[in-house]
Amino acid sequence: MTDLMTRPEIPAVTPRRVKLLKTEVSRRTAWILRAASVLVPLAAWWALSVSGLVEDTFLPSPPEVWTAGLEMAESGDLPADVLASLGRIGAGFGLAVLIAVPLGFAMGTLGWAQPLLEPVIGILRYLPASAFIPLLIIWVGIGEASKIALLVLGVVFFNTLMTADAVRQVPTRLLEVSAILGAGRGRVAARVVFPYALPGILDAMRVNAAAAWNFVVVAELIAATSGLGYRITRAQRFLQTDRIFAILIVIGLIGLTIDITLRLLRARVGRWAT
Amino acid sequence: MGDVTGLRLEGVAREYVPGQPVLDGIDLDIPPGEFVTVVGASGSGKSTLLCLIAGLARPTRGRVLLDGQEVLGPGPDRGMAFQTASLYPWRSVARNVAFGLEALGVPKAVRAERVAWLLEEVGLSRYASVLPGRLSGGQQQRVSIARALACQPRVLLLDEPFGALDVQTKEDMQLFIRQIWQDVGTTVVMVTHDVEEAVFLGQRVLVLSSDPGRISQDITVDLPEPRTLEVRRSAEFLALRARVEDLVRAEHRAHQARV
Repeated sequence: MTDLMTRPEIPAVTPRRVKLLKTEVSRRTAWILRAASVLVPLAAWWALSVSGLVEDTFLPSPPEVWTAGLEMAESGDLPADVLASLGRIGAGFGLAVLIAVPLGFAMGTLGWAQPLLEPVIGILRYLPASAFIPLLIIWVGIGEASKIALLVLGVVFFNTLMTADAVRQVPTRLLEVSAILGAGRGRVAARVVFPYALPGILDAMRVNAAAAWNFVVVAELIAATSGLGYRITRAQRFLQTDRIFAILIVIGLIGLTIDITLRLLRARVGRWAT
Repeated sequence: MGDVTGLRLEGVAREYVPGQPVLDGIDLDIPPGEFVTVVGASGSGKSTLLCLIAGLARPTRGRVLLDGQEVLGPGPDRGMAFQTASLYPWRSVARNVAFGLEALGVPKAVRAERVAWLLEEVGLSRYASVLPGRLSGGQQQRVSIARALACQPRVLLLDEPFGALDVQTKEDMQLFIRQIWQDVGTTVVMVTHDVEEAVFLGQRVLVLSSDPGRISQDITVDLPEPRTLEVRRSAEFLALRARVEDLVRAEHRAHQARV
């Protein structure tokens, strides 16, 4: 009896009320918070700019920025700059996607492409694209080519690896089923892997479009005669902070538009996934 | 002549690790139109057996022959359905069923007719244009079986197709697959870990042993046709089920003792 091990017990505890880590809010509250997310910083900016605490040259007020924006819009500079920047992102990002998607597709499907490409792309993507600007200027001059090249360099490696990841998500079982149904490799690539991976590919594009938009402006800060980045450097020369603010807001709004467009496209293409 | 038709496995072995066969010395003849079920403890290579017939894997030794022709890879003369329905989630039910016919190059009109017939057969005609995500597990499995049957395969391979379904649905599906088999007349080889299911559905039950997987028993099931739920309560059924259960248990114990 005594050499039986006693059953270890823990002292009595009163249960404590716990809550789930993730919390939810009502739709209405969510909309109020969304509005506050934009309006509070705007109000703070406005208050600070009219308080006289900061000099007007450093921090122009919202109405001044609005006027400066209108001026640039009416003179035709701003629309021309927007078009120039959009043209560059269209060419540079478009080229990057045209390279990245097939490359990523190959990496995600062909056994030999992964070990061949992953190491070199893994290294290249950690080299900051902006550090290539001097090299690019030496290689291809200060014209459009160097700006497009910067965009491509900045985006293509990330986009390739993210595409490869999306492609690898396709379940092996689905590929087996397709082969049993008599579909050859080309058909499986086009009719099974591509549709399955497309939402993921678009997600990758959305993330990288934001990066591309950053690189456009960077490229135009260096050596350009048009574009939103160029317009900022011009304004800086004449201490026109109101113009800089206006351009920054335009840049933000265009970025947001690109993001929402790709998001809608993604939702449409990926309806089956929800 | 009689030798050439049906499914035949000759001295088939499969090793994933050299020297450690998962399956070994499998000799098997399945005449056309037979319903064969395969049971065995886990690790007995049941699924591997189906993969070899499907052509998803090649035997390390021996040959798999279908109507006298060696199986060298996957193809539409053998249909297969898995435990997960594995449908194309962006394709409607009808277009899922049509996939194999598209790959085969069947003209659109013929395709549409065949798909309509199959959906009628599996009782899902009104879901033709619905995405698979909207269907229940049992319905998805019906689509997957219809898809596997679309190209008129000579053999239908089923890898634990009802393993993830609830008891009621499973029972429906068992009667359903029997009905389909009678209508279509194709050979069925079905792997299951459910002995009751194996005895209820099979005209013949193969019991696999483990390490390596071999056919330890080949039992002919002499139960009245068609198999109804009453058959399931008959003394012969219960006796046969107990016998197969004992065999599987013995294999399982032997396997446990070795590891």
